Amino acid sequence: MSIVLTGQKGERHLVMGNEAIARGALEAGVSVAAGYPGTPSSEIIETLAKASTDGHLYVEWSVNEKVAMEVAAAASFAGLRSLCVMKQNGINVGSDFLLHLALTGIRGGMVIVHCDDPGALSSANEGESRHFARMLELPLLEPGDFQEAKDIVKMAFELSEEIRNVVLIRSVTRLSHASGNVVFGDIKPVEKKAHFKHGGSMLDPLEGPMSSLPVPYRHARQQDKLKQAVARFEESSFNTYSGPETPELLVITSSACHLYSQEAVHLLNVADRVGLLKLGTTWPLPPRLVEKYLGMTDRILIVEEVIPFLEENVKVIAAERASNIGPKTFYGKRDGHLPATDEMNPDRVAAAISKILTVDYTPVPEDYAKRAQEVAHLGAPGREMTFCAGCPHRASFWSIHNALQMDARDGFVCGDIGCYSLAVLPTGFNTLKTLHAMGSGVGLASGFGKLAQFGLNQPVLATVGDSTFFHAVLPALVNAAHHQSDITLVVLDNSGTAMTGFQPHPGLPVDAGGHQVPALDIAGICEAIGAEVRVSDPFDIEKTRRTLLELFDIKGLKVLLLKQICALSPEKKSRKMFEVAVDESICLGQECGCNQLCTRIFKCPGLNWDPERQVSRIDEVICVGCGVCASICPSGAIRKKEVASA
Amino acid sequence: MKPVSLPHDPYNVIITGVGGQGNVMASRVVGNILSRKGFNTIIGETFGASQRGGSVTSHLRISSHSHWSPQIPKGRCHLVIALEPTEAIRVLTHYGNPNVRVVCNTRPVHAIGVISGEQPYPPMDRLKAWIAELSADCRFLEATEKALELGKPILGNIVLIGAAAGLGALPIDRQDFEAGISASLSSDMLALNLKAYDLGVRLVQ
Repeated sequence: MSIVLTGQKGERHLVMGNEAIARGALEAGVSVAAGYPGTPSSEIIETLAKASTDGHLYVEWSVNEKVAMEVAAAASFAGLRSLCVMKQNGINVGSDFLLHLALTGIRGGMVIVHCDDPGALSSANEGESRHFARMLELPLLEPGDFQEAKDIVKMAFELSEEIRNVVLIRSVTRLSHASGNVVFGDIKPVEKKAHFKHGGSMLDPLEGPMSSLPVPYRHARQQDKLKQAVARFEESSFNTYSGPETPELLVITSSACHLYSQEAVHLLNVADRVGLLKLGTTWPLPPRLVEKYLGMTDRILIVEEVIPFLEENVKVIAAERASNIGPKTFYGKRDGHLPATDEMNPDRVAAAISKILTVDYTPVPEDYAKRAQEVAHLGAPGREMTFCAGCPHRASFWSIHNALQMDARDGFVCGDIGCYSLAVLPTGFNTLKTLHAMGSGVGLASGFGKLAQFGLNQPVLATVGDSTFFHAVLPALVNAAHHQSDITLVVLDNSGTAMTGFQPHPGLPVDAGGHQVPALDIAGICEAIGAEVRVSDPFDIEKTRRTLLELFDIKGLKVLLLKQICALSPEKKSRKMFEVAVDESICLGQECGCNQLCTRIFKCPGLNWDPERQVSRIDEVICVGCGVCASICPSGAIRKKEVASA
Repeated sequence: MKPVSLPHDPYNVIITGVGGQGNVMASRVVGNILSRKGFNTIIGETFGASQRGGSVTSHLRISSHSHWSPQIPKGRCHLVIALEPTEAIRVLTHYGNPNVRVVCNTRPVHAIGVISGEQPYPPMDRLKAWIAELSADCRFLEATEKALELGKPILGNIVLIGAAAGLGALPIDRQDFEAGISASLSSDMLALNLKAYDLGVRLVQ
């Protein structure tokens, strides 16, 4: 079992930020945890799920983030401590409920951890979630290192119970997915009995019904709670200052940017000139504390990711306290000293500080940097993202792309969120023509499929994964069925939430804790709402293409379920289905007339083009033996031989 | 525990490669060993694109006294362990400097732009010359081929760790390595990993 769960009080271990957050929740005595997978947040629920075997903790991968919030809130209403986890998009998904929950308040401590992805390293957006704290009027905490990632969770639960409202913790990729040394505290199993008290008066926060009504009364109470939180923030040990008493420049920062700022001060050797105020309580800001540090100097640089949230909030305090502290010069994103998109790093912060203080900083000798650039141009061909070797999606999009070409009515596919989003790129033959939020492809298709009366006569398709199907597709699909929208939905069922690490979803017979649960049948659900349903194996590219062409000719809602397990699933990784090899006596290369179909168009990473011998090859280290390339080679030069089962 | 000194403090190591090469695992193995030895260790990983054909780098910051950023500043890398030669060059462009050391696998992983013929893959002798030019010291190993002989090409990552340790570029020894991985592996896999490590050490002697 993971050291995160078994490590004892006082021990120091190297753990991921997400594991530290999970450990913090266990040390805080969390009873219920719910979330939806999303990079960079997934390891928090995964870690807690491993701890959920002893009856003291219930953990679930909920169908989506809104439901996860509701599941966590129910536990809180029944008096338990609950944690809810998601990536930045999740706060958007759940914000409707959260807006009401924030007015209603909670009972047992409830903490929401949302992990943002500055730089969109693993996301289709760079949206940041801190501003939700202001919009929802909920307190926001941001850990500034790995130890704090653990410790701040306990503080969040205590604050949540003190003010009886949800507390938000925001992490970022470079904390959640980085590792550092953390000293553990104690995990004491808590015996808690759940009971939802609802017989009290309407306004009784402890025993009455839980609702946001009456709104004016609740809203005023909610703002009182925020004031309580601010009072605590003024004294919080998560707000720290290091540096001289009268710095030439004050850097105000939070989260991973704290680590970058520290490093930048070290790189520039300006520790005696620059003060570093690291804030762990970033909404609402504690005004007395901020005023005190603003009073130390006239120049302030604010370092944060991604939008100037902290910067604007600090400026409000500076304006309010101007008569005490005098005018200030601010540097940050609004004046362009730091970029307002993409993630930060030590170099970006160092560049800003060196400009403000006019300190020279040359990271590497100029001739080295210049030569390295030249070499990179020649020696490091770009690496575009691609489906993995043996990925079922490559085969699926091959068939979809070819069916649309053969149909020749300029049909198109509305895309969705998952690994298969990559089909907007050449690896998926640029098949996707729209790409937005979870489930949006089906909603868009539902709309496109009603435009026949305005002359739209193109086949309309949508592709979704199995986890996305349950997360956000169902309402859009019901909409399409009810309005008889003329669309073909292709469900790319690879048996798990593959992109984020095979988390289970309602279509699988197992839950987060490994318990047997009923699996919901995607084909059955689609049939029940009246869709014409077909099933195929995407590796059977002939049948898949034929089926698609048949479905294009049927009016109304059609669903093609393409079932093939992800190439990275543990069961597939252990064994190849086929040994695949190129028969060099048959592969004619550029003489063939196939125009190097396998390497130039299909371009599975398991294939190589040998320019000297003018033949295709299989890379035996990368090929996983799906055998699909053998099906597409027109001359039959790629041979596959079934591997006997062990 | 015997005292070990770091060549620099913080000592900055980048393990780089392509998704699926075992890069993240390698960085965690090394990080855990160094953490057990009492060092403050930070690992910054970029692995969202890891299994999707992208470049994957792990930044290790090793220090006896302080915590550092999960991203190494430009030009400040001391050791590059590259599972793929063109990835070594990519890392050197951002984090290299005239004093950097490189331990590099020679097995190419072709990007899809190379597979499709849109971009050439540079000849290996040119790659080696460029890496040598941009480093103070570099070693090239047929790590994947050696690991293939063990029946597990993924163990190329451990061959390279063994090589870096054998060169004295990582402050770990065989005992540390064994202690660091034994808890999480079956006895068969442990034996294979130790073989791969020893192979790496031998290759640089």
